[in-house]
Amino acid sequence: MKPYLSFFKMSLLRNLQYRIAALAGIATQFFFGFIFIMIFKGFYSYSSITPDISFKALVQTVWLQQSFLFFIMLWLRDNEIFHMITTGQIAYEMVRPTHMYFYWSAKLLGQRLAGGVLRFLPILFIACFLPEPYNLVLPDSFTTLILFLTTLVLGLILIITLTMIIYISVFYTLSPTGSFLLFRVLGEFLGGATIPIPLMPDTLKTITYLLPFRYSGDLPFRIYAGHIHHEEAVISIFVQIFWILLLGVSGNYWMKHALKKIVVQGG
Amino acid sequence: MIKVNHINKTFKVAKRKAGVLSSIKSLFFQKFTKVQALQDISFSIKEGEIVGYIGPNGAGKSTTIKIMSGILTPDSGTCKILDKTPWLERIEHVKNIGVVFGQRSQLWWDVPVVDSFELIKDIYRITDAHYEETLNLLTDSLNLHDILKTPVRQLSLGQRIRCEIAASLLHNPKILFLDEPTIGLDAVSKIAVRNFIKAINEKRKTTVILTTHDMSDIEALATRIILIGKGQLLYDGNLEHLKEKYITHKKIIVDHYEYQSKIDLPYTEVLKTTPDRTILSVNIKEIKVSSIIQQLSGLMEIHDITVEDPPVEEIIVDLYREYEI
Repeated sequence: MKPYLSFFKMSLLRNLQYRIAALAGIATQFFFGFIFIMIFKGFYSYSSITPDISFKALVQTVWLQQSFLFFIMLWLRDNEIFHMITTGQIAYEMVRPTHMYFYWSAKLLGQRLAGGVLRFLPILFIACFLPEPYNLVLPDSFTTLILFLTTLVLGLILIITLTMIIYISVFYTLSPTGSFLLFRVLGEFLGGATIPIPLMPDTLKTITYLLPFRYSGDLPFRIYAGHIHHEEAVISIFVQIFWILLLGVSGNYWMKHALKKIVVQGG
Repeated sequence: MIKVNHINKTFKVAKRKAGVLSSIKSLFFQKFTKVQALQDISFSIKEGEIVGYIGPNGAGKSTTIKIMSGILTPDSGTCKILDKTPWLERIEHVKNIGVVFGQRSQLWWDVPVVDSFELIKDIYRITDAHYEETLNLLTDSLNLHDILKTPVRQLSLGQRIRCEIAASLLHNPKILFLDEPTIGLDAVSKIAVRNFIKAINEKRKTTVILTTHDMSDIEALATRIILIGKGQLLYDGNLEHLKEKYITHKKIIVDHYEYQSKIDLPYTEVLKTTPDRTILSVNIKEIKVSSIIQQLSGLMEIHDITVEDPPVEEIIVDLYREYEI
């Protein structure tokens, strides 16, 4: 376990160096947060039907989404890993007595956590002091908070097992652009990052529930907002674990296969 | 310690002609050619040996190193290193080896060197005491004192290579693979690296396998050389033996007082002549050097004389020519 902890630590420390990027990121996240809220405000004011989720709850999910962007976004990519694969630098990774799958996962976890830690507190803090109803409020109970935190952490792990699949696909395609674009567009839409899932038509909603994407962002945020009840939240935790296991095991297997066929040429 | 038996490896290489048209064509009909990178390679290496693995560009040197370090899987053949098959028992195997790929880096580029070392310490689960001891030895002999706290991205190539070598040795491996370790180094660093390799080989009985194009590396370090070309093993043996077999001529440089007449000695060719210096090439298979010197001193008044072996480079060029590689 120790080597992976160290990988994680190294990745965390390295990514914490980028403070200016984080500051710029915070500003961007606020910009997007306000844009989303304004769109929803317009939608809620002029719609004749009553949506499934209240405006206040939706605002909660928007702020949480912006603060924990680094925990949930599929598009966050680690160019070092791509570089390793496409240039053959991976040769050095393979002479280490570590499981490459866990090593990379630890690296990705460090990157996301560092990015997240640098951003989430300031955003949450400022969002709390915005005028009603645009502000962030505390969850309705302590249980809600615990469920939120549990699903958030599991969601982060889930995102890593998901992105690992993309990284492994680069062994075959040698270009991250295609895999990433496809995953990003589909994953974000089906994860409710473009249109909130409660506002989707029923068929689409069912589809998103059958896929893993919504279990990283949508689930914990709506638990926090009180839109997902505790019973459903507990069941969803099991769904999260199911996806983590499924994606983890298949990613591991696929990686083993890819490493067997790997060709490191030149030098 | 290392046993390589009948290893074969082929690579599939996509080929197309230059130009837009042929690149469009290759979208639909991609042509592959098979390149035989290694063909029936066998050798064995004992503990404590330093082996120079040489061959022209593209001969398969790095491929062999990569197979031995568990990165590539060969098409056929077996390889046992300390009773483990590298590509099947990768994780167990790599604990015993240290690898330096001269043209790649294993250090994390945006943190100080020592941070990378600490991470390697954790990866290999090196105890604190062992780590301290090895690190001190490495910093002293590779002269790393001033650069340990510098971020890797700000190191010069020579400094970085010295750190790379140190990084590969922190876990005290039994076998060290060096793939062009002196590439791009200045004379001082080269000698530091060589001395260090020699030292750990003597002190710790580390087995060293190095590939290089710099024959002075081989001369300074290796007692045994393995020559491959076009994926085939061509020569495996002693460097001295190779010299004996392939050195047919020696060069004699004579500094003398003014001498204008023509020099005509048996089995000797005059390479260059000026009134006070003459350079000769002697066929030592036919005549002894001492006899030539004796005859020379009868002809002229000599004040200095040097006898040179041809550089190993030339022997290697001859070898490549002989094997048509």
